[in-house]
Amino acid sequence: MIVCETTDEAVAGVEDGSTVLIGGFGMAGMPVALIDALIRQGATDLTVVSNNAGNGDTGLAALLAAGRVRKMVCSFPRQSDSWVFDGLYRAGEIELEVVPQGNLAERMRAAGAGIGAFFCPTGVGTPLAEGREEREIDGRRYVLEHPIKGDLALIGAHRADRAGNLVYRKTARNFGPVMATAATTVVAQVREVVDIGAIDPEVVVTPGIYVDRVVAA
Amino acid sequence: MTLSKDEMAALVARDIPDGSFVNLGIGQPTTVADHLRPGSGVVLHTENGMLGMGPAAVGDQVDPDLTNAGKIPVTELPGASYFHHADSFAMMRGGHLDVCVLGAFQVSATGDLANWHTGAADAIPAVGGAMDLAIGAKQVLVMMTLFAKDGTPKLVPECTYPLTGLACVDRVYTDHAVFDLGPDGAVVTETFGITYDELADQLEVPLRRT
Repeated sequence: MIVCETTDEAVAGVEDGSTVLIGGFGMAGMPVALIDALIRQGATDLTVVSNNAGNGDTGLAALLAAGRVRKMVCSFPRQSDSWVFDGLYRAGEIELEVVPQGNLAERMRAAGAGIGAFFCPTGVGTPLAEGREEREIDGRRYVLEHPIKGDLALIGAHRADRAGNLVYRKTARNFGPVMATAATTVVAQVREVVDIGAIDPEVVVTPGIYVDRVVAA
Repeated sequence: MTLSKDEMAALVARDIPDGSFVNLGIGQPTTVADHLRPGSGVVLHTENGMLGMGPAAVGDQVDPDLTNAGKIPVTELPGASYFHHADSFAMMRGGHLDVCVLGAFQVSATGDLANWHTGAADAIPAVGGAMDLAIGAKQVLVMMTLFAKDGTPKLVPECTYPLTGLACVDRVYTDHAVFDLGPDGAVVTETFGITYDELADQLEVPLRRT
């Protein structure tokens, strides 16, 4: 676990073609400073997994506008302020995979927990389950869902200690704890980094084992 | 008289049992919260990771870290809790959520739901948590106008819009009537400003009375 001095240091080494998990639900919990650093870092041809496809012109929307994203995997791209994504999508310049929100979370949870695949009742009989393996278990229909693993996760948290233990704040927690388990390299943007021992172990949400780099921003 | 949107919301609120854990969908269903009886003990779930959600935040209460599923700033009530997304949706799928209230484009007489995508060529598909909610909550209530703006019924023999879930809707509240749905089709439980026979005339689905 490294406490980085700068966001540039925190996102160093990202390779073209990476799959990047980006936390946040709308702007709540979105690690905007890390995304800005990723834009400066220059990695392109990215697959981005995030609940939404950018809001306004900052954060994920700015990454999309910079032309770095080949494919979006998300549950809810279309919003009142998703004009950057909307334009790219209508121009055929970005791929989209729509995943039900709970499946998005559970598929990342599976990746982080070493689960090979799982049967889920969400989406049975809908266009989003077309072509998927299906099984009836105890009289109910389920669809086979595969894990989503990231090369990199960029998440926002409230506070970290120098061991990488994280706590979040209110609904900004959203995808952070799940994404933190599901990527090879996990980077957390936090409001403050505190000394080891300053976070009560009982309230740690993401244990430091999952976290590779933290940066205060 | 047909019901106003506000009266529909009040009707839904009337039928939610005290002490239920409830998810109110984005848009019109959110207004059901305004009609819950004080002291009902109903706990609101928002799928972005909270139980015990309070009313919309105003003025100094606005906190960018505290929003609902519609990304509107909200407040927390005493006894609230926060959790991550996988837990939030496990609550639904795992059968812990008592009721969810959703809007709809179409509902079939056997409870199929279409509410996420019009299927139009230029529409950007976006599903959010609709499919998870539809199959997860113990009881799925829909509130919608009975007829689309062009006059076509939204309670249909079979949905023509892309489906959100199969046989998942238990009850539909509309401006003209309330319908209980199940494997045997639609049962009219209440009508507003229309007779049962007029209703039967205007819909293509076979109806029964309670």
